[in-house]
Amino acid sequence: MATRAELAHLLRRATFGPRAEEVDAAERAGATATLAGLVNPASPDAGAAATPMPVLATDPRYALGTKPTVQQRQQAQQQEADWTRTARVWWLDRMVAADHQLAEKLVFFWHGHWATSVQKVNDPGLMLVQQQTLRDLGGGDFGALLRAMLRDPALIVWLDGELNTAKAPNENLARESMELFTLGVGNYTETDVRQAARALTGWQVDRKARTSSLNAKRHDDGDKTILGRSGPLNADGFAGILLDQSANGAFLATRLWYRFAADQPIAPEVRDRLAGAYRARRDIGTLLTAMFSDAAFAGTGGQLVRQPVEWAVGAMRQLGLRPAKLPADVQRQLIRGLTAMGQTLFAPPNVGGWPGGAAWLTSSSAGTRLQLGTLLAAHVDQPVLDQVGKAPAGQRVDALARLLVVDAFTARTRAVLNPVTDPRRLIALGLASPEYAVC
Amino acid sequence: MDTLTRRKFLIASGVTAGAALAAGAGAYTLKEILDTAGWQDKAPDAKTLVLITLYGGNDGLSTVIPYADPAYQAARPQLAYQPGEVLHLTGASGDVQLGLNPGLKGFADLFNRKSLAIVRGVEYPKPDHSHFRSMDIWQTGSPTSTANTGWLGRWLDATGGDARHAVSFEPVLPVVLAGSTTAGAVVPTGGRQVQVPAGLAKPQSGEPPLQARAARAYADLIECDAMVSKLPQPSASPSAKSTGTAAVNVLDTQLDLVARCVEAGVATRAFSVSLGGFDFHADEKDAQRSLLGRLDTAVTAFVNRMAKTDNGRKVVVAIYSEFGRRVRANASDGTDHGTASDVFLLGTPVKGGFYGAQPSLTDLDNGDLKFSTDFRDVYATLLADVLGTDPGKVLGGWTGRLTGPL
Repeated sequence: MATRAELAHLLRRATFGPRAEEVDAAERAGATATLAGLVNPASPDAGAAATPMPVLATDPRYALGTKPTVQQRQQAQQQEADWTRTARVWWLDRMVAADHQLAEKLVFFWHGHWATSVQKVNDPGLMLVQQQTLRDLGGGDFGALLRAMLRDPALIVWLDGELNTAKAPNENLARESMELFTLGVGNYTETDVRQAARALTGWQVDRKARTSSLNAKRHDDGDKTILGRSGPLNADGFAGILLDQSANGAFLATRLWYRFAADQPIAPEVRDRLAGAYRARRDIGTLLTAMFSDAAFAGTGGQLVRQPVEWAVGAMRQLGLRPAKLPADVQRQLIRGLTAMGQTLFAPPNVGGWPGGAAWLTSSSAGTRLQLGTLLAAHVDQPVLDQVGKAPAGQRVDALARLLVVDAFTARTRAVLNPVTDPRRLIALGLASPEYAVC
Repeated sequence: MDTLTRRKFLIASGVTAGAALAAGAGAYTLKEILDTAGWQDKAPDAKTLVLITLYGGNDGLSTVIPYADPAYQAARPQLAYQPGEVLHLTGASGDVQLGLNPGLKGFADLFNRKSLAIVRGVEYPKPDHSHFRSMDIWQTGSPTSTANTGWLGRWLDATGGDARHAVSFEPVLPVVLAGSTTAGAVVPTGGRQVQVPAGLAKPQSGEPPLQARAARAYADLIECDAMVSKLPQPSASPSAKSTGTAAVNVLDTQLDLVARCVEAGVATRAFSVSLGGFDFHADEKDAQRSLLGRLDTAVTAFVNRMAKTDNGRKVVVAIYSEFGRRVRANASDGTDHGTASDVFLLGTPVKGGFYGAQPSLTDLDNGDLKFSTDFRDVYATLLADVLGTDPGKVLGGWTGRLTGPL
C-alpha cells in the first residue's frame, strides 16, 4: 500500500500541482490505478475542451508590402506582442484547467526540450502550430514526433533551417537534433553533423500559411553517410538513423528524469531500465510509466525545484484561480513575475531550454515568489480562504499544508506561520516557503 | 561522457553540468565576497578586470562610426549617422575618420582624455551568426567551439584557489567564469521591495539540500537588499523606451557592487557584468542610441569613480559583444547578425587610442566585415597585463598580443 506521502509525491511530479482532493482520491484508488489514470486517462479532457487554443489570423508582418512605413511595421510588431500575450495567458489557463495533467505537463516539457522562442520566430501563430504538434504526438511514438518536428515551421525558422541549402548548408538544426533533441553530445561526430545538415537541406516555410515544404531545387539529394549509414538520405532517413541509435533511449530517459524525478544525474542502472522500456515501441507513455513506477523514483522527494511556471500553475490549481478570469493587469503582473523569475512561455533563453535545480533559487527569484504569492493570494475566493481561516487556531498551519499539498512544514517555517491569522498572508507565505519551492 | 552538452553554460538548460558548476555556482552573498578583503593574497600592483558582456550583438558600425566613408552611407541609407551627428574624436588618425555614437558622450570624453582604447575589427576565424554559438565561442575563447570552459574559468583553474577570485553579479553563472575544476562565484543582485520574513531564511537541520538552498536565497535577498539600500541612488533618469531599461538599471547596480568590492580591497581579480538587448533587427537607430546612452552613463560613472582610489586605479574595464552586424541595413531599418566589431578598454591603466585595423567596408566576406584582430590577442593582453598570467596556458598556446593599450 502506498502511503499518502508517496501518492502526493507522484502527483506533485505528474501534475502541475495536485489538489488535496486529488490526493484523497489517489488514496482511495491506490498507486497502480492512479498512475494508469495519469498516463492513460479514461475519460475525455473536459477542462481542455473548455479552453480551446486561440486561433490567430495571419501575422500582419507578412501582409506588409515591399516598402512598409515605420508605423506599419510597428503596428505589426504590436499585434504580434498582443497575440503572444494572449497565447501566454491562454496556455497558463489551459495548464490550470486541463484534467489530463500529465499530458499537459508533458507539453510543457517538450516546449523546453525543442526550446523554440517566439523572439526569433516572431509569429506567435507559428508557436501554436508547433505546440499543437507537441500535443498531438508528444505522448506516443517518439519517431512520429521527431519526423514532425524536423518539418515544424517554427523549429525550422528558429534553427535557420531555411538557410540550409544544397549550395550553402547550415548545420544548426542538424547539430541540435543530435545534441539536444535525440542523442546527446559524444554520440556523433562533426562529420555526422555536416552530413546530416545535407539531409535536411531545402526546407522552406510559408509564413502566411504557417506550413513548411521541401523545395527540391534547394535539397541536396546526393549520397550522405550519417552514423555509419549511407544513402541519398532526407529528413525522414536522418530521423530513422537517430531513432536506431541506442543512445536515443538513454538520452530521453535522462531528460525526462531530470524534469520529472531529480536534478541529480540519473543512475546508470535506472537509465538503462527506462531506456529498455522505451526501446520496444519508442513510446513516451511507456517510458513515463516505467519512470514513475521505478523503485528509484519513490526516493526522489525534495530533489526537484519547481520551475516558475510549475510553481505558479500548481498554486493556481490549488487556490481555485483561473488565469483567464484574473483582471488584465493581474495577468500582466503574473507574466512579468514569471519573466522576472526567468521563465517566459514561448521564449526559452536558448535552444538548450530552461535551467533546472538550484539555478532557480536565486535571491531575486525568492523575492519574486513572495510578491507573486501575495498577488495570487489577494484573488483567492472566500470558500478557499475559509479552508485555512476557519480552521481552529492550532490547526491553521496544517490546513495550509493540506491546501498546498505540502507533506510538512519545518519548524523554521511553522514559527513564521504560526502567529499569522490573515489567511491571505498565510497562503502567500506558504507559497513563498522553502518547502513549497521544491517538490 | 558525464555531460549531455559541450556547453557548460547550459547548466542554464536543464542539462547536467560538469563538476565545477554542479558543485559551486550559486549563492554567494556580498558579505562573503567582502570577507576576502583581508586575504592579502595578491601583489600590491595586481590589477582587476571588469568584463562587460553586451548580449544581442551590438552594431559596431553604429557605435564607432566610419561616417566619412561613402560606402558606409551607401550601405545604410536610413540608418547611417551624418558627420554632424557623431561625436568627433581627437587624435583619430590615419586614412579613416571615425566618430562615436551620440549616445556615448562619456566615452567620447574618456577617449579624448586618452583613457579609452578602441580595438577595431575584433572577431574569430569562421564567424558564426548564431547568438548562442557566437557567444559560446567568445566566452570559451575557443573558435573551434569544442571547449566547455570559459577563458576566465580556465584562468581560475590555472591560478587555483577560491571561486571568489572571479565574481559575477548576474542571475546565472556565465560560461566565461566556468572552469573545469573551479567556477566563479555568483552574487545575484536583489533590490526588490518586498518584506521577507527573516524567519524563512533560517537554516533547518535535516532538510533536503535544495530546500536549504531555497531558504538561503532569502538570506541572500535580505542581505543584498540591506546592502543595495545603502548605495547611492543612480542619477540617470528612467527613459520612456522600455527596451533595456530594466537591464541597464541592473548594470548600474552591478557596477555599484563591483565598485564597492574594489574599494574594499577584495581578493577578486575578475568581475563579470552584463547588459542585454542589442539585437536590433528593426528600427535600430533610436533604440540603439538610447541603449548605448545607458551603457555610457553606467560605465562612465564607474570609471570616474574608480579613478578616485588607489584600488580603483588598478581596474581595467573590457566591453565586448558576440558579434557586430551586417554592413548593409536590412529592409526594416535594422541590421542582421554580422561579424567583427569593436572591443572597448577603459580605466586608468589603459593607454587610449585606436588599436587594430579598421575593417574595409568594400572588401567584404559575403556581406560581412573581415576581422583584423583575433579576439585571442585581446584576451592574451588582458591575461598577461591585467591578470598577470601566461596567456598560452589559458588560450591553448596562443602567442598573439595587442601592442600598446596596457
